[in-house]
Amino acid sequence: MGNASRRLSSLAWEDGTIPSIQRAGGVFAKIWRLSFVYIGLICAVAAIGFLLLFSAADGDLNAYAVPQMKRFAVGLFIAICVALIDIRFIMKLAYPAYVGTLLLLIGVELFGRVGMGAQRWLDIGGVSLQPSELMKIAIILALARYFHSLPTREGVPIKSLIIPALLIAAPVLLVLNQPDLGTALLIALGALTVAFMAGVPLRLFVFGAAGAAAVMPFAWTQLHDYQKARVMTFLDPSRDPLGAGYHITQSKIALGSGGTWGRGLMEGTQSHLSFLPESQTDFIFTVLAEEFGLFGASGLVMIYVVMIGLGWIMAGSVKNHFGRLMAAGLNTMFFLYVLVNIAMVIGLMPVVGVPLPLVSYGGTAMLTVLLGLGLLMNAHVHRDVELSRNEGVIL
Amino acid sequence: MSEEKLTERFTRRAILFGGMQALAFGVIGARLYQLQVVEADLYRTLAEDNRINLELLPPVRGRILDRFGRELARNQRTHGVILIPEQTNGVEATLDQLARLVPISDDVRQRVIRDVGRNRSFTPITVINDMEWQAFAKVNVNSPDLPGVHSKTGYRRDYLGGESLSHLLGYVGYPSENDQQRDPDPLLNMPGFQIGRRGLERQFDTELRGKAGNRQVEVNALGRVIRELDREEGEAGKDLVLTIDANLQDFSAARFEGETGAAVLLDVANGDVLAMASTPGFDANKFATGISTHDWRKLVDDPRSPLLNKAVQGRYPPGSTFKIAVLAAALEAGITTDARKVMCGGHIEMGGHRFHCWHRFGHGMMNFKQATRESCDVYFYQIAREVGIDRIADMSRRLGLGQVYDIGLPEQAKGLIPDRNWKQAVYGQPWQVGETFIAGIGQGFVTSTALELAVMTARVANPARQAVAPRLVVDPNDMMPTFSELPVKPWIIDRVRDSLDAVTNHPAGTAFEHRMMWQHQEMAGKTGTAQVRRITQAERDQGVLANKELPWSQRDHALFVGYAPVDKPRYGVSVIVEHGGSGSSVATPIARDLLIAALQRDSGAQPTREGAPVREQEV
Repeated sequence: MGNASRRLSSLAWEDGTIPSIQRAGGVFAKIWRLSFVYIGLICAVAAIGFLLLFSAADGDLNAYAVPQMKRFAVGLFIAICVALIDIRFIMKLAYPAYVGTLLLLIGVELFGRVGMGAQRWLDIGGVSLQPSELMKIAIILALARYFHSLPTREGVPIKSLIIPALLIAAPVLLVLNQPDLGTALLIALGALTVAFMAGVPLRLFVFGAAGAAAVMPFAWTQLHDYQKARVMTFLDPSRDPLGAGYHITQSKIALGSGGTWGRGLMEGTQSHLSFLPESQTDFIFTVLAEEFGLFGASGLVMIYVVMIGLGWIMAGSVKNHFGRLMAAGLNTMFFLYVLVNIAMVIGLMPVVGVPLPLVSYGGTAMLTVLLGLGLLMNAHVHRDVELSRNEGVIL
Repeated sequence: MSEEKLTERFTRRAILFGGMQALAFGVIGARLYQLQVVEADLYRTLAEDNRINLELLPPVRGRILDRFGRELARNQRTHGVILIPEQTNGVEATLDQLARLVPISDDVRQRVIRDVGRNRSFTPITVINDMEWQAFAKVNVNSPDLPGVHSKTGYRRDYLGGESLSHLLGYVGYPSENDQQRDPDPLLNMPGFQIGRRGLERQFDTELRGKAGNRQVEVNALGRVIRELDREEGEAGKDLVLTIDANLQDFSAARFEGETGAAVLLDVANGDVLAMASTPGFDANKFATGISTHDWRKLVDDPRSPLLNKAVQGRYPPGSTFKIAVLAAALEAGITTDARKVMCGGHIEMGGHRFHCWHRFGHGMMNFKQATRESCDVYFYQIAREVGIDRIADMSRRLGLGQVYDIGLPEQAKGLIPDRNWKQAVYGQPWQVGETFIAGIGQGFVTSTALELAVMTARVANPARQAVAPRLVVDPNDMMPTFSELPVKPWIIDRVRDSLDAVTNHPAGTAFEHRMMWQHQEMAGKTGTAQVRRITQAERDQGVLANKELPWSQRDHALFVGYAPVDKPRYGVSVIVEHGGSGSSVATPIARDLLIAALQRDSGAQPTREGAPVREQEV
């Protein structure tokens, strides 16, 4: 990154009004502030995904791989565009986006379409939307803005937590009611990360965890039967080897039979012979683990680890509070996707419908993840921007 | 709090959080290592189990052949039609189309639709199992217009020998759950597989069955075969070669002309069972294709017991044929000599009981040859009493009575040769002399099977004076069986043979009327008429009822045992006609004709086939 461009950009932002020529120059300068290493890692993960989708379709490129490539290209373009939008604009958009997404969630509740046993989808003008996915991002943005604009952001008094609590509770309860326990947990965890990073006292989390443990027995009674079954079969897959335990057992077989080096591309029997149905979506990690073994599986995990590590470094480099809270929240959200998916596939967690980010086949997930990563990069691109507290306050 | 402090707290918390996340990845890494390295072998095995199915290839069942290689049981190709639902344009429409070519009943239609509903769409469903060739050809010609309809060929057991062989061959049928538990062969669990359920089919089931081949196929989670990985051909069942001559077998059953009974025809030199008839028979093919309840009940309820193999399962009082053994025992004991004569006055008194001779007015003075020839009961009462039951029993056993022979038939009964110990053990009472009288003429406790009687005849007739044992199945490793010497002195046998010669060839002999007069060949033998009811004194006084006047089940059994030719015996026979009446008039002609048939077939050139046993021509 040259000195000139840095100067140019800092010039542009210290001044409140940005001339159009400078704005253009600003965009050009911002491109150089992007972390190309990070983008490279995104592309690497996606490329591994294409290969696995190619294999999961029995060597048919057009079945999953090509549509996925198109989506990835669009998604990456959007992500980079998002990364270059002025962070102030993002912050301004945080509350409306949250409110909008919440309205969509209520819309799902009222008019939603039932798919896969839960009410998650909303059809708007022929496009299927899953508002709960968008909420994962919106909640982080909203909370980041809230904590950014808090007058006493050093101390974070308890009474100032009432609004965040409401902000979190509303979507979580709505999503729980769909019912989608996994997404609700992810939304809650993402939001709590922002709160934690914003400086909410550690003891509150400790108490919170203790409280959660205390209400567990009650919560258990509120779970739907299929959710209970998932937890039970997770604890003991053999109790229902052909029903709910089937996925866990078959996916463990796929992983284990891959061994150290794997069976080779398209040589995996578990997914190719349909013992693992729908292996192109949530269980795509098994294809990797079976065909490329521990070598391939840990390789992909390592790329994720580097990405997430880099995400923390990027978050840490952001000077404005909103940006780093947003970055930390989104990075954790990304981490949660990876963790929950892989932990589920390798039998460390109950089966919850969480895709492997950037790899699993599916448009909504791909776009949501890239949107989140775009926002993460946005914070990084605008790491040197000073944002005053007042800019975040409503009105 | 300054911005620096804020940043510091953020950084601190970021490191804490990042650390926790790294830890989580550490757990994932450890788990991957556990699954993919430590437990890899286990999961590799499970994956193979998942993927590979072992499919059995059923072997073709061995044939059953007669001594000349004629097929008695074979496997008939069956032609059928199957349907693969996923390939059709609708199952119902396809059945409609098919119904225009071959008749399809409503039952069949409903079963097919039900089966289609129960199975995966790629599972072949049988529409017709076995159909006429013409109908089959019609379906095949039209197959391009019938997508999803395929022809299927299989095997069905086919019995060619007719009803005369059904008792020997038995039949095949579907295994019961019991069979499946007892026999670990996975073939038994194959749908449609049949095992031997009776007769030789049952006894030699393992040999006839062969060994299943198998193929390893890769299947997907739905069970659809993706490809064949490995194929191991099985071993077809071994053919079973019998000593039976199918022509003689056929003839012997037919010669009964509707009478109920059994006949065994032996080669006296080597014990080969050339014919073993039991009438009436049944159609084994009905069993192979699944017999109807109606037909089954009819067979079970028939008083003439068609399902019973009377030649080895039927226990009959041997009647006067038993006198052969009594005579031999008496000769050996020195009680009967050439000079010894006994007076027959029509009956003999013993302990207040009167034992009658069949000749009401008595035979007069008799020596053993005359007594045998005319079957004088009083003579045999007398000598049996003197010899004693134990010595008679001993001789009977040496001659082959009271034994089960291992000829490969699973269902066999053993005739009863009573003695003192037996009576004590079974009844807890001492043997009565009167019982010896009765036993002396082959009545009372004494019973034997047609096979035992044939063996006794063969032992008497065997030119090498050997203790011949019967054989029904040819062992390819032991074509010519060897026998021990008959433990009866030759001079005794010679006298017995002389007496038997007189029965048929002396004008006073009981079988003279039906003696053999065929190409200067003669036979020897002994008649027997076994009473199955008690004749009261009152009836005797009024005149004993003739057999014709009695209901069938109370008539006498007619028996004859004999051999031919007299001078150089080759064939031995025993004939029992249940409730047939007199042995001399009913059983003798049958026995004679069987012996003639055997001699006839022996005199001409024998049809022999490759692989069939070479008949021992020398005596």
